[in-house]
Amino acid sequence: MSLEAPEPELDVGETPDGDLDYDELADLLGEHVLDREEHVNAEGFVIRPDSVETVLATLKEEAGFDHLSCLTAQQYGDRYESIYHLKKYDDPTQELSVVVPTASEEPVSQSAAGVFDTAIWHEREAYDLVGIEYEDNPDLRRILLPETWQGHPLSNDYNQDQPQIVPLREHANPMEKRTQVPDRSDTMFINIGPHHPATHGVLHLETVLDGEQVVDVDPDIGYLHRCEEQMCEQGTYRHQIMPYPDRWDYISAGMLNEWSYARAAEDLADIDVPEYAQVIRTMAAEMSRIAAHMLAIGTFALDIYGDFTAIFMYSITDREKLQNLLEDLSGQRLMFNYFRLGGVAWDLPEPREQYFQKVRDFCEYMPGRLEEYHNLLTSNELFQMRVLDTGILPPEEARSYGCTGPVARGSGIDVDLRRDDPYGYYDELSWDVITDDGCDNFARALVRLKEMEQSARIIEQCVDVLEDWPEDEREIQSNVPRTLKPDHDKEIYRAVEGAKGELGIYIRSDGTDRPGRFKIRSPAFCNLQSLEVMAEGEYIPDMVAALGSLDIVLGEVDR
Amino acid sequence: MSKEQSEPELHDTLEQAQSKQDARMGEGVDDRFNSKLRQAFGSTPFILTKFDKFMNWVRGNSMFMLLFGIACCSIEMMHTYATKHDLDRFGAGVPRASPRQADVIIVPGTIVSKFGPRLKRVYDQMPEPKFVVSMGSCTISGGPFQEGYNVVKGAEEIIPCDIHVPGCPPRPEALIYGVLKLQEAIRAGESAPVTVKPYELEQFGDLDDDELVRKLASEIDEDDLVMRYNWADSP
Repeated sequence: MSLEAPEPELDVGETPDGDLDYDELADLLGEHVLDREEHVNAEGFVIRPDSVETVLATLKEEAGFDHLSCLTAQQYGDRYESIYHLKKYDDPTQELSVVVPTASEEPVSQSAAGVFDTAIWHEREAYDLVGIEYEDNPDLRRILLPETWQGHPLSNDYNQDQPQIVPLREHANPMEKRTQVPDRSDTMFINIGPHHPATHGVLHLETVLDGEQVVDVDPDIGYLHRCEEQMCEQGTYRHQIMPYPDRWDYISAGMLNEWSYARAAEDLADIDVPEYAQVIRTMAAEMSRIAAHMLAIGTFALDIYGDFTAIFMYSITDREKLQNLLEDLSGQRLMFNYFRLGGVAWDLPEPREQYFQKVRDFCEYMPGRLEEYHNLLTSNELFQMRVLDTGILPPEEARSYGCTGPVARGSGIDVDLRRDDPYGYYDELSWDVITDDGCDNFARALVRLKEMEQSARIIEQCVDVLEDWPEDEREIQSNVPRTLKPDHDKEIYRAVEGAKGELGIYIRSDGTDRPGRFKIRSPAFCNLQSLEVMAEGEYIPDMVAALGSLDIVLGEVDR
Repeated sequence: MSKEQSEPELHDTLEQAQSKQDARMGEGVDDRFNSKLRQAFGSTPFILTKFDKFMNWVRGNSMFMLLFGIACCSIEMMHTYATKHDLDRFGAGVPRASPRQADVIIVPGTIVSKFGPRLKRVYDQMPEPKFVVSMGSCTISGGPFQEGYNVVKGAEEIIPCDIHVPGCPPRPEALIYGVLKLQEAIRAGESAPVTVKPYELEQFGDLDDDELVRKLASEIDEDDLVMRYNWADSP
């Protein structure tokens, strides 16, 4: 249910059966394409660093690539490289990588900020961690590390043992610099966070207020930057990486995160997954999704209604039920580490009938319970007054900021990788993608509530399938070599639908048993960037509501 | 004024007190008030104890926790506060949003270089006496992220910790156990162990003059508070 009318004509480079004709795309760009690379997921066009904006604008306007999914920066021995992973919201399987090499001595590249708003943060991160400079980026500061940090930690010559000095600038004069907004006479600067109950973790919002209205908000992140990419680059593919995804989106969404790594690595190393394992994965992932959305709803109510109210307690109660189910399955409440490359760690718990019964009981309980949530929230007048028509995120802005997941669907963008880029067992099951045209805080909360119902549907169908599975065909893992060494310079970008949106992984293999570059495309990172669109001009409590409705989790924003 | 009219006693005798209660309650209704304790004390509303001991007892039984979420462990911490586990049963379930109202801080998650000074500041803002529960492996040693370029190798590098709860993340039961152990220690009047903290907030001007300090001199004012991380000396 897209806002725009379906386009009858095809984009440039699109074949009638929904594939991409890379030759036609290369013709479209003409002399800008210096070289073409083969990545596992898509072709990469190598372009000059000073033609980034032209190329991306052409691809966006004429070939329909309206989604800058991710920007990966990395350093090779002889050059730096930025890869812009482009996709289409209408069909995320049509992918294209734009590869921008820059010289080692002077890594300067043109910015894509003029074409995609989301590029601003992605390029700041690339500058911070790898050290590539982007000309014309309006705001090229460090984003994850403190501004006084020395060196770029993911570049080749970084010395991890050098001392660092981090300042604490708490007494900055609130009336200085950032408060000087043109045409506003009397503004006030206010710090929200990094230790604040409304910021869902350690987020720091630098806010400029005019009276009670937000004039400017600048999220300052990096208070939980745990070097996840470095950790994953140090681990071996087979077992050592899998525990980390659990800790990106730590709100019980571990199964979904594990799937993102599993999917990328399996496609990179050509590993098949038995269908039985895919069904178990699908079931586990949807349980995770419900648990994650429960917390999103619970904390959203916490932000809006104030203290630890009934809704929060309700959601925690329901999460306990789910965590019990997931614990039975995986052995852990939160950090499951249940997926393995090529399958899952172990079969369903015995006695199976008892486990199925428990899951079924939960699925039966869900619709009635969700009714109660609707009574407490969406049909509650107080709630409606508080969130309807606040935190507006128009669909075109959402696209430009690379929003995905419930945030995009709450703005009427019909995108869900489970359906558009099927993986696991999703295409065999019947369920709906929920969208809402409201574009406001209410719509985003409503989408999450309705998605839980769909997830319960999926779980129920998975249980049906699992119950009937023949006993001698329960293969939980395919045969995977003990040491995985994908071919040298094989590159892949793969995404799954995480709890917050498109959770993508870029892996470049360097021929060893560890990734040469491991990049995480975090949906919460991109969603958070759109906060300024939602908050500016709103009252400060509405900004808090907008932040709650974005459902960020700082472990995933900062990684 | 005749001498016979005796001055009223300051306190009732035990019999008087009990007779009044009986009169109020009627007979055989409830002997709650006639407990052993009541018989021992009479109606005297005084208990003699050492003030310190009393304060320790009070502190242990009424702990105001700081509402403080950092990372994964804070999710399990929320579960500990909420239904099912309900930390309030143990007199420790009133989360306060301001450090100035709290006396226990649970540190639930990885501390990274950017957050270190903030953690120190939040801890400094809490009134004495204050106690620290460090929750999860990250606050013990950096946990799974110990090798990260940005990760502080444990909360004890910055603030002193009373109780360490291991786990990644610890289950709510484990956190409750840790809090109970802390209460026990507080009631027994134990004070926080003396720890050597390598990282402190200092004024930039007080740092030893070396290459890094000279390099940053243009960016940081003399009297700005800074925290200097010497990663090479970290465990």
